[in-house]
Amino acid sequence: MSTTVSQLDKVKEGPWSGGKSPWNLEYGKIMMWFFLVSDAFTFSAFLIYYGAQKYAQPTWIDADKIFQSIPGIAESGQPLVFVGIMTFILILSSVTMVLAVEAGHRNSKQEVVKWMLWTILGGLMFVGCQAIEWSHLHHQGFWFGRNPATGLTDPNAIIEALQPYFTKEISYTAALQFSNLFFTITGFHGFHVSIGILLNIIILSMTLNNTFENRGSYLMVEKVGLYWHFVDLVWVFVFTFFYLI
Amino acid sequence: MTNHDHIEGHDAHAHGEGMDKKRIWSVFGILLALTCLEFLIALGFVHHWGILHKGTMLNIIYIVLTLIKAYYIVAFFMHLKFEKSGFIITVGIVFIFIIYFIILMMVEGGHLHESFTHQPIFQHK
Repeated sequence: MSTTVSQLDKVKEGPWSGGKSPWNLEYGKIMMWFFLVSDAFTFSAFLIYYGAQKYAQPTWIDADKIFQSIPGIAESGQPLVFVGIMTFILILSSVTMVLAVEAGHRNSKQEVVKWMLWTILGGLMFVGCQAIEWSHLHHQGFWFGRNPATGLTDPNAIIEALQPYFTKEISYTAALQFSNLFFTITGFHGFHVSIGILLNIIILSMTLNNTFENRGSYLMVEKVGLYWHFVDLVWVFVFTFFYLI
Repeated sequence: MTNHDHIEGHDAHAHGEGMDKKRIWSVFGILLALTCLEFLIALGFVHHWGILHKGTMLNIIYIVLTLIKAYYIVAFFMHLKFEKSGFIITVGIVFIFIIYFIILMMVEGGHLHESFTHQPIFQHK
């Protein structure tokens, strides 16, 4: 009879009843996730706007015609090959990042350093490729607010300047919108990659300084890893919407 | 502070179980295979052999392949699959807004497309 525990004295056991972490995640990691969700919104807005513009225009630049050079190897006639190399580099650097995280779980400093170095190398190679791609397009006359026909007044000259990039009808507006959106979106992505490289370098130097060794956990590698995978994730979408479709 | 340390330690432990080296490389293999498939379609079927043609059907194939790749990156590389379901829902549910935004912008784009193609352009006098 007397063993009945009153409602107030009962120990609450649900995940949200206090006393334990309901998500079993460290604060900083949750905040990194929330930042990435907000960043995903920004990228989605950019890409959806690109899609809406492309859908609205009766004609659009043909990706196979504008991206068809492999710098240093072939000037034209090789669509998608160079961006394929870039995609491969970024996916591979994502893998080396997970391997760094995995090594962090085993508190193996040496392996973390090794995989972080590979990740940074991959990031630098990607940014380098993007710089080459940008300078190639800039050389052809594309830039923010500019396409190869900018400044021309004679309709025939405009058609001649834009002819190589279209399969269907030729539109100055469509070429300009493509140019603006391409440099804005890949630029924003490239900016993220650059920040990611910087974060990776900071994490690498902290690892070398034994900061995580002394802290007893390599959780920081995981948090930066989340950011790095997100950058890879965004590239998967940029690649599809700019280069494939 | 002790509580904080406890979570960190527990967290690191729980995560060690989800992804081992073998699994990482197999996910990489899947991502690589999907990317190669995309290239096979784009370069082979469309560009070289001309079996498939650019259009809505092809775009849907590309988008589905992209979403599968995105799933593997988020679920395994970002480890979301192994988190508590409450957290997965919290992070995932907001993308309802993105889907809604896509629908809105497609309606808008379709309307603009209609205007661009069918309405006459009047010369300014």
